[in-house]
Amino acid sequence: MVRDVSFGQYFPTKSVLHRLDPRGKILMFIAYIVIIFCTFNYVSLGITAAFTLAFLVLSKISPKFYFKSLKVILIIVILTSLLNLFYGSGEPLWQWWIFRITLNGIHRAVFVTVRIICLILASSCLTFTTSPTELTDAIERLMKPLKVVHFPVHEVAMMMSLALRFVPTLLEETDKIMQAQKARGADMESGNLIKRVKALVPILIPLFVSAFRRAYDVATAMECRCYRGGAGRTRMKQIHLSARDFIAFALTALMIGGVIVCNILLTATI
Amino acid sequence: MSCVLELKNLGFVYGKDTPFEKKAVDNVSLQIEAGEFIGVIGHTGSGKSTLMQMLNGLMRPTAGQVLLDGRDIWENPKKIREVRFRVGMVFQYPEYQLFEETVAKDIAFGPQNQGKQGEELNKAVQSAAAFTGLKPELLGKSPFDLSGGEKRRAAIAGVIAMNPEVLVLDEPTAGLDPMGREVLLSQIVRYHKERHNTILLVSHTMEDIARVADRIMVMNKGKLEMFAPTKEVFSRGAELERFGLKVPQITKIMQQLRQKGFSVPEGVLTVDEAFEALLPLLKKEGRLW
Repeated sequence: MVRDVSFGQYFPTKSVLHRLDPRGKILMFIAYIVIIFCTFNYVSLGITAAFTLAFLVLSKISPKFYFKSLKVILIIVILTSLLNLFYGSGEPLWQWWIFRITLNGIHRAVFVTVRIICLILASSCLTFTTSPTELTDAIERLMKPLKVVHFPVHEVAMMMSLALRFVPTLLEETDKIMQAQKARGADMESGNLIKRVKALVPILIPLFVSAFRRAYDVATAMECRCYRGGAGRTRMKQIHLSARDFIAFALTALMIGGVIVCNILLTATI
Repeated sequence: MSCVLELKNLGFVYGKDTPFEKKAVDNVSLQIEAGEFIGVIGHTGSGKSTLMQMLNGLMRPTAGQVLLDGRDIWENPKKIREVRFRVGMVFQYPEYQLFEETVAKDIAFGPQNQGKQGEELNKAVQSAAAFTGLKPELLGKSPFDLSGGEKRRAAIAGVIAMNPEVLVLDEPTAGLDPMGREVLLSQIVRYHKERHNTILLVSHTMEDIARVADRIMVMNKGKLEMFAPTKEVFSRGAELERFGLKVPQITKIMQQLRQKGFSVPEGVLTVDEAFEALLPLLKKEGRLW
């Protein structure tokens, strides 16, 4: 069912990661993405993987939810690793028809698999431990410099937080509409592709109608509370950097440093 | 009379083996006779909706069985659609399921899935629309141009058009104005009288249930606490209040009159009945007190 998706959910388990400054978390996450694609040998890959595991343990969230978020992208992982496996350069170890496996291909497949898995785990960790409001708040703050070029930072952030707010609502709604149409004998599990796409119409139309209705309701509710854009708005929750944020920065720097040192000292595997 | 629906030790657990595990329905067993009008009451979160959704196979029980005419509905999971045609389900706020260009097409969605065509289909649509009191000129309109009450009727007609043997209605009158509630309820009663099918009505309005139900199911915390004739259930007011429910106001008034020593009958459920019971008293004494 649609409700089983755990990717992008927030779990308030009150771990140390939950208390970090969301701005810092986003910046560290960006640094992490860059560094995970700069790992060129197994030692540096191992360092990043170890740090990722440490994050997951610190988040105090059941591994089951991380597995669930991995399940969604399983096919992508398999496809990309297979592609990499068969398109490596160098001497073939094994060959059949157009498929040839080389040592380089195996290395590539391992790297790409570990990288994607780490990426998904880390981004799950970020959304699991940061509430949508914190996240958009942080994005708004980080993008503030763009105001100089008249980029509507506040409006974009507000749109994002509204969109995020309605993800679970719309999922629930989809579920309800599906049940109602199934009760009228809608068949969504059998038939060829065209039949299945057609079977979506009775679900999508009511869903769109209700999404528009909700959008109007929210707009009215915001206007009733005198919302008129970002100018002059203050915040209830101020975010501050504290000691634990600096420790987190230091650890991230350690990881980046480790990867760079390994890349310089050791020869690249891929 | 024959038993149309039987539940055997039915149970449902949400989010099994996760920290959010919750028992929604717990060991419910009961039998419903063909042609009965059953009222279902219970406060929010008592497991009514989950129970209702298991009756037509929208949710698969985690324990126990649902027997329709003596056969387990999950005997052949591929044929669960046939069960859904036989046990019609009208959800809460059903107007959100409307999607077709015209009201007639939307009502035809269910019977079409059943395989009805041509004249037969047309007849099913027309009679369902008539039962719910939809004016014929509305059938050609877009369902999104109707008023709230008309939308509700159209959506209910969409389920009735499948001519189910058992009809489950989850709070069909929620959010309607008093007049709309009244009319819709009497149409459901008329439908029941004419088609002689089994109806399960979930409602928070005790007055409605008291008026129409033969027997009442009382749900609390996933358990079936009572399943008895309407008069009997509403004579156990103290117990009902423990489950966050109430007896109809008129029943309470009559009970209190009895306690004060007036000779009024027990188990009065509607204002009309109360009127009949009080009139001779007033005539005899010239005044009530």
